[in-house]
Amino acid sequence: MTVKTATGSAAALPKADRGSVGKRFRAWLNKRLPVDEFLASQVTEYYAPKNFNFWYYFGSLALVVLVLQLVTGIFLTMFYKPGEATAFDSVQFIMREVDWGWLIRYLHSSGASFFFIVVYLHMFRAFLYGSYKPPRELLWLLGMLVYLALMAEAFMGYVLPWGNMSYWGAQVIVNVFGTIPGIGPDLVLWIRGDYGIADATLSRFFSLHVAAIPLALLLLVALHLVALHQVGSNNPDGIEIKEKVGADGHPLDGIPFHPYYTVKDFVGIAVFLVALAIVVFFVPTFGGLFLESPNFEPANPISTPADITPVWYFTPYYAMLRAVPDQRLGALLLLLAIMAFLFLPWLDRSPVKSMRYRGWMSRSALAIFVVSFIGLGYLGMQPALGIYVIIARVLAALYFLFFLLMPFYTSLETVKPVPARVVYHAH
Amino acid sequence: MRTEALLAALLLAVAGCVPQRLPAAEPEGAAKFGADWESWRADTNVADLASVQRGARNFVSYCLGCHSLKYERWSRLGTDLRIPGQLLEQDLLPPGARATDYIMTGMPAADAKDWFGKTPPDLSLMVRARGRDYIYQFLTTFYVDATSPTGANNLRLPTTAMPDVLSELEGLKGAVFNKGGFDHFEPVAPGRMSLAEYEGFVRDTVNFLDYVSEPTQLERRQLGVWVVLFLLVFSWLALLVKREYWKDVH
Amino acid sequence: MADHAGVAGGDEVDLSRRKFLTRATIATGAVGAVFAAVPFIESWSPSERARAAGAPVMVDLSKLDPGQMTLTVWRRQPVFVVRRTPDMVKRVSGHDGELKDSKSKDSEQPSYADNELRSRTPEYLVLIAICTHLGCLPKQRFDAGELSASWPGGFWCPCHGSRFDLAGRVFEGSPASANLRVPPYSFPKEQLLLIGADEKGVAS
Repeated sequence: MTVKTATGSAAALPKADRGSVGKRFRAWLNKRLPVDEFLASQVTEYYAPKNFNFWYYFGSLALVVLVLQLVTGIFLTMFYKPGEATAFDSVQFIMREVDWGWLIRYLHSSGASFFFIVVYLHMFRAFLYGSYKPPRELLWLLGMLVYLALMAEAFMGYVLPWGNMSYWGAQVIVNVFGTIPGIGPDLVLWIRGDYGIADATLSRFFSLHVAAIPLALLLLVALHLVALHQVGSNNPDGIEIKEKVGADGHPLDGIPFHPYYTVKDFVGIAVFLVALAIVVFFVPTFGGLFLESPNFEPANPISTPADITPVWYFTPYYAMLRAVPDQRLGALLLLLAIMAFLFLPWLDRSPVKSMRYRGWMSRSALAIFVVSFIGLGYLGMQPALGIYVIIARVLAALYFLFFLLMPFYTSLETVKPVPARVVYHAH
Repeated sequence: MRTEALLAALLLAVAGCVPQRLPAAEPEGAAKFGADWESWRADTNVADLASVQRGARNFVSYCLGCHSLKYERWSRLGTDLRIPGQLLEQDLLPPGARATDYIMTGMPAADAKDWFGKTPPDLSLMVRARGRDYIYQFLTTFYVDATSPTGANNLRLPTTAMPDVLSELEGLKGAVFNKGGFDHFEPVAPGRMSLAEYEGFVRDTVNFLDYVSEPTQLERRQLGVWVVLFLLVFSWLALLVKREYWKDVH
Repeated sequence: MADHAGVAGGDEVDLSRRKFLTRATIATGAVGAVFAAVPFIESWSPSERARAAGAPVMVDLSKLDPGQMTLTVWRRQPVFVVRRTPDMVKRVSGHDGELKDSKSKDSEQPSYADNELRSRTPEYLVLIAICTHLGCLPKQRFDAGELSASWPGGFWCPCHGSRFDLAGRVFEGSPASANLRVPPYSFPKEQLLLIGADEKGVAS
């Protein structure tokens, strides 16, 4: 507040009347940017169910890994040189000649695998507690888009070191697009920009991996969070906490996100970092699962690695691709396997959200699904021979049956009564 | 509480799955030497500096003629293996090479391709690409083969274009095959080294190549101990804070 | 701390323990964050490749005739090596009044170049060929009278007209304010110049 003096100029009142510098700055800032309002509505006055358990760490962990990948990725881009002739050498340059380059590289390569571990566990939570059911269908779909963008990002990132598995993995996966009827071969030529995986392919994958997809990921993650805050989080009992509100207008079973979940997520992050550090410092290749051996040899168009398998996080889908003897049908199956997730909110007819209160049919179906997914993942890493193929076919069938039969077993089964309030034990 | 214990157990299980140092190589049976070649292990330890130094000397003497280590500099070798500059120049550095040069072979690639049919590959990353045991087995399963252009063949990599360059040290051995395939080795001519000496030679060389594959690995593991310890302490502190705040929640 | 439906307020003892623990954890976290930042910051240091390329440079002086100059590169900087004739050595003196820093007090040179000739030996002059004004490459003007009647010989910068004498010292009236820099150098052998290393070892 200013006072106009006789000469017409403005003079400030003594400081004591206007508050400290900090307070004044905050007032100035909040007049121009809704900082306090935002923090209140999204963090300190945003209520989350108090009964979150282990499965609820993975959302914030996914954000942590995203930041990790962005930061380490930015630094790697300072030293990596895209291009057929320079890529492989530049990775060795980073590993051997850039101060701490080896650490930044391992953080990024381990981060990629940890991203999928976290995301798969995060998605599994939704299966456990029906977090995709109304009113969270869009939240689920946005999450699925994040997952798809992540898969594209990881695939392209793996090509960049231009090792022999980078090359042949790209060759195989891009060829899958060739199975699309009619436009297939032209599409593949267009994706590659050349008659085989080449410099043109590497350069465009570099641009997409470093700029385009990260931007898309950031946008999708932001939308995912907005959608979450719009409806509020689900919880292990599948109860909508907003339905029981206290005298102060806040959910009876809710607690403010800050400080309770900021503090709890911190523990999750710290423990996660322990796991990340163990991998980065002691087993960065993780037995050939995170960094595959053939990739320590430069790309060689005339020498295929003994077994071409994608990185572990793609192997469940790869197993399904190979399970079908027909190339076109196999590709179609792979596509359907990924798209199946999109229909979950509408396939699931259960009156109850959480597995805790569902019948034995849903629980068995989920258990079988998990076994199939993990089993297919293992099979995707093996050569497609003999008994492996047979088992892959069985597991793929079970995988699809989980989705196809869902409308039936979720509506037919007997469910348990859902409690009125969340189940919470102090900890 | 249960979740945290579960997490700790999971972490320990993961740590337990960290590949352990492999058991010592089997002593050869008196009758059928080589029958168990596929289970021969390099059993090397990159932290054994003396072994890696010997391996460096072995490499320069017997491998550098054809194989390069194009991602490693001589000066880096000197620093990591604690070889003083003068000794590096005298014993290891080829004439005309500067310490900061990359370790290149004198053999022109085009000539090598003519002579061997294949350019001898660069070995900077061979241990990471194929594994220590693979290279150990490769160097210990050469046998005399009159039908091959080099007069030698190899069990680990059949029809390899590489001649048996270490035969002067190992000696020559023939391979006896039966209906089921390879059966055992038969000595043909002795070399300068006994079997134990030769195995030690190969072990040191593999150890050296392991170091070259990832020169920062020792630093990585040493630093890792401190980082994990710090993070464990930090996790414990974070847990205390969390419990403190959650006393509010009923 | 407000009372919420699912949350009870803490009492005084809890509050101080809470504060202490939170502060201890944040402090530890901050320490960790600083250590975590170090690798990223240090990754910007010159790489092994840059350091190797920055190794000292040998110059064969046997090819250099008296009165001639050669230009070489050390650590991405151009370096003049001038073989001064006895006449050129004489023309280094006699114009101290026209120089901004005749005693080289405010210029950069190793101790063995801290003399009137700014070199180890009268015959060879080694200078970093970067004008101390805004970084252009000066041109040689070694002949007396070349630039003006009283010109004793030296260097002239084409960008903004700075002038330096045959020891690299800057003249009054030049936009440049410091004498041309002298890098560390030594003569490991007769007729062999090593730029970038001297008794103190390789320049850091």
